[in-house]
Amino acid sequence: MAIEIEQPSVGLSKVAVSKTHGEDSPYFAGWKAYDENPYDESDNQSGVIQMGLAENQVSFDLLEKFLEEHSEASSWGKGAPGFRENALFQDYHGLKSFRQAMANFMEQIRGGRAKFNPDRIVLTAGATAANELLTFILADPGDALLVPTPYYPGFDRDLRWRTGVKIVSIHCDSSNNFQVTPQALEAAYQCAESMNLKVRGVLITNPSNPSGATLQRSVLEEILDFATRKNIHLVSDEIYSGSTFSSPEFISIAEVLDARDYKNSERVHIVYSLSKDLGLPGFRVGTIYSYNDKVVTTARRMSSFTLISSQTQHLLACMLSNKEFTENYIKTNRERLSKRYDMIIKGLKNAGIECLKGNAGLFCWMNLSPLLEEPTREGELALWKTILNEVKINISPGSSCHCSEPGWFRVCFANMSEQTLGVALERIHKFMEQRKRKET
Amino acid sequence: MRVIVPLQGVVQGRGGLVLGSIIPCALFYFLQFYLKRHRHDQDDQNESNSLDENPSTRSPSSGKLAQLPGLTRSLSRASLSPKGQSGPVTISGRVSGIIKGADSPYYVGLRRVKEDPYDELGNPNGVIQLGLAENNLSLDLVKGWLAENGKEALLGNGEDPSISRIATYQPFDGLMELKVAVAGFMSQVMEKAVYFHPSQVLLTAGATPAIEILSFCLADAGNAFLVPTPYYPGFDRDVKWRTGLQIIHVPCRSADNFNLSVASLDQAFNQAKKRGLKVRGIIISNPSNPVGNLLSRETLYSLLDFAREKNIHIVCNEILAGCTHGNEEFVSMAEIIDLEDVDRKRVHVVYGLSKDLSLPGFRVGVIYSFNEEVLAAAKKLTRFSSISAPTQRLLISMLSDTKFVHSFITINRERLQRMYVKFVAGLKKLGIEYIKGSGGFYCWADLSGLISSYSEKGELELWDKLLNIAKVNVTPGSCCHCIEPGWFSFCFATLTEKDIPVVMERIQKVSEICKLNC
Repeated sequence: MAIEIEQPSVGLSKVAVSKTHGEDSPYFAGWKAYDENPYDESDNQSGVIQMGLAENQVSFDLLEKFLEEHSEASSWGKGAPGFRENALFQDYHGLKSFRQAMANFMEQIRGGRAKFNPDRIVLTAGATAANELLTFILADPGDALLVPTPYYPGFDRDLRWRTGVKIVSIHCDSSNNFQVTPQALEAAYQCAESMNLKVRGVLITNPSNPSGATLQRSVLEEILDFATRKNIHLVSDEIYSGSTFSSPEFISIAEVLDARDYKNSERVHIVYSLSKDLGLPGFRVGTIYSYNDKVVTTARRMSSFTLISSQTQHLLACMLSNKEFTENYIKTNRERLSKRYDMIIKGLKNAGIECLKGNAGLFCWMNLSPLLEEPTREGELALWKTILNEVKINISPGSSCHCSEPGWFRVCFANMSEQTLGVALERIHKFMEQRKRKET
Repeated sequence: MRVIVPLQGVVQGRGGLVLGSIIPCALFYFLQFYLKRHRHDQDDQNESNSLDENPSTRSPSSGKLAQLPGLTRSLSRASLSPKGQSGPVTISGRVSGIIKGADSPYYVGLRRVKEDPYDELGNPNGVIQLGLAENNLSLDLVKGWLAENGKEALLGNGEDPSISRIATYQPFDGLMELKVAVAGFMSQVMEKAVYFHPSQVLLTAGATPAIEILSFCLADAGNAFLVPTPYYPGFDRDVKWRTGLQIIHVPCRSADNFNLSVASLDQAFNQAKKRGLKVRGIIISNPSNPVGNLLSRETLYSLLDFAREKNIHIVCNEILAGCTHGNEEFVSMAEIIDLEDVDRKRVHVVYGLSKDLSLPGFRVGVIYSFNEEVLAAAKKLTRFSSISAPTQRLLISMLSDTKFVHSFITINRERLQRMYVKFVAGLKKLGIEYIKGSGGFYCWADLSGLISSYSEKGELELWDKLLNIAKVNVTPGSCCHCIEPGWFSFCFATLTEKDIPVVMERIQKVSEICKLNC
């Protein structure tokens, strides 16, 4: 019998084995706990309630109603006349009708205060792909992007992993409700310089994730001026723009540019998606809107790696070009989100928990720092584990969002039924009562 | 290579004044490059907070960087004045490569067809498309299925809230039901010779990202893949663009009917080694694009042996497996590794529905591998290229309809065979030689008799005549990096039978013009 000779195992790349995807952080670990024991209203009432996923399930019925009443959206009509062209369509320009519909939808969300040209829209399979693609185009390996903290944990992966680009934090804190200041911008830039990193741009999320607040006009102006002074890019991820549910009104960077007659706009790029505002993350629909012709052309070609199914483009073109539907959807969705937000804030207040005043997004930014054993990252993670294991709720710890102040947590409220939210609030209430009793 | 010869000249005192000054300047410049990069590496160790994960994957592919003019300009600006902020805001060096690529004949031709497409009735003088590997022959069958079953397939039977099935976040590498359906389809397409395990399947938005994802996982920037030429022009983008990888051409020749020889692979591997390039794998297409020949069982075994000897990967692109016609047996790499347990870890198969099912617009690609580490990494990368959920649902229904699938595969093959026979008969009448292949829907034909000078220039002149005089878009071999000028790829699956005589007539016109001028 032949002796088995140990083969040297065939190697993988550094990208494949690196941990830069950041998926070992608690942000994702909590999801595992949920997957193993998910709460169910009827079948598993003691399971883990998922409050770490920013998904919008409050307006599904509106989408369903549309699809029922407009069968041509999902089936190319009787006899499927348009099918052939659609099935063969793999042009990275994207369906013109869909781009037009997207441009209109984006304008509607901004109350008509900004105009969007469909020919500047580049389609990608989700905002995840859009952010990565822009990073590939705007920066070289080893360069840096400045990102305000706290930020969406997925950026560590989307902006850095395959691109080789680094993130340098613009530190924000609770002293001014986590708003970006000119000092913080300059400090971040200096920090990058001291590490010999070439800064290629600033990437902001507006409305912000995880804080759930829109950026003030003056802050947007300051950031734009800063980018202009340093001659770098500005990417504005406006994925939650349609999910602004109370005042102040959402102000897009597009409006700021419009007020300046689009001077110096070739450094500005907007990312958008239908995953949050329209509650369709499964459809994988993202866009890059750039005021820079070269970026548009290049992004378009690069989008070959991340095209949206033509079938989906066709479906959504039908849906989003229906003004009656979109107006009603935007309005109703906002109202329902506002109601949910009020419910969770009230419930948390009753339990003695304060949140940052938010007006947008699918989550609130909760302050649990008074509960920490020690005001450190470790203290925060210990509390997070306790909440996961005892209260059986998965929430996102601020440290996974790179928040410099320990004790803040992001809690999602739109990815469940009202009843489930009620159960979650009860559990939190009970938990806080128990802690109070323990202390006295 | 081109630098070494003049250098030798300089060293031996034969080099001219010009070379004597250029080369030291170039060396000094590269030294500056290296120093700047080296400074970055040191700083990686002093990072804090968000930078404290593994230093990013920036493998200084300085060899490649030097080739991109755009990049060297912007970097040199940076090294002169770190705070230099004058001029328009700059974009990355990666961009310049793309802008050049888009002017290749492959893309120019596609654009011309878009602007002026042939239509028998509406635009009889338009450009006939023979340059895009699209299969239009059996689209009516898919359309028929959809007309009957489409709505239900998408939204279900209305019992549970149907939209939430497709609206919410799904696994990024595809629904398990679709993996099962696609694995079943692949098996049917390959005539049940091999069973594909759904657990080893990852789904991506098309085969394009599948190739790119594998490239990212199997090699570092600056490394190389061996790819036999002529090859699919898209590989230049998929394998090299964002990854920073290089492709080393392994020329196949007409004398061998463009079949791959392991001897050429070996030669290419050794040459790469001499240049200091690390080869991480081989990428082959079976059936091959653009030649259309099938890799024999022996060749597949030899490839495995070669890969084993050099300890490298094999990526086997089998996207045209369902488009075989004629009597030759198609052997999938998956079948080989099913029998040989030892080498499973180094083989990865790429597939997709764009060719066999004529659904390029739906974006469905497959990575099939037994290497768990590769799968784990690739799975995370699928989040950048996921298939839209409604499309997944639709295809689950369609592909699970095995009766439909069986009938589709059979009829599609028959139509391909018929079209192929008619097309090559037309070429034969014109006296044009072609490689007899059993796969894909291209005909790889030798038009070197019509070119004025036996060179790439001559070939492109002929291509231009074909596009602008004959108004026929074909793909010149140089786009596919064919080492012998004069070969062209004709995709016949975008035609109807009526179009063939029109195409032949137009080619004949150009052929006569060329014969007069030569």
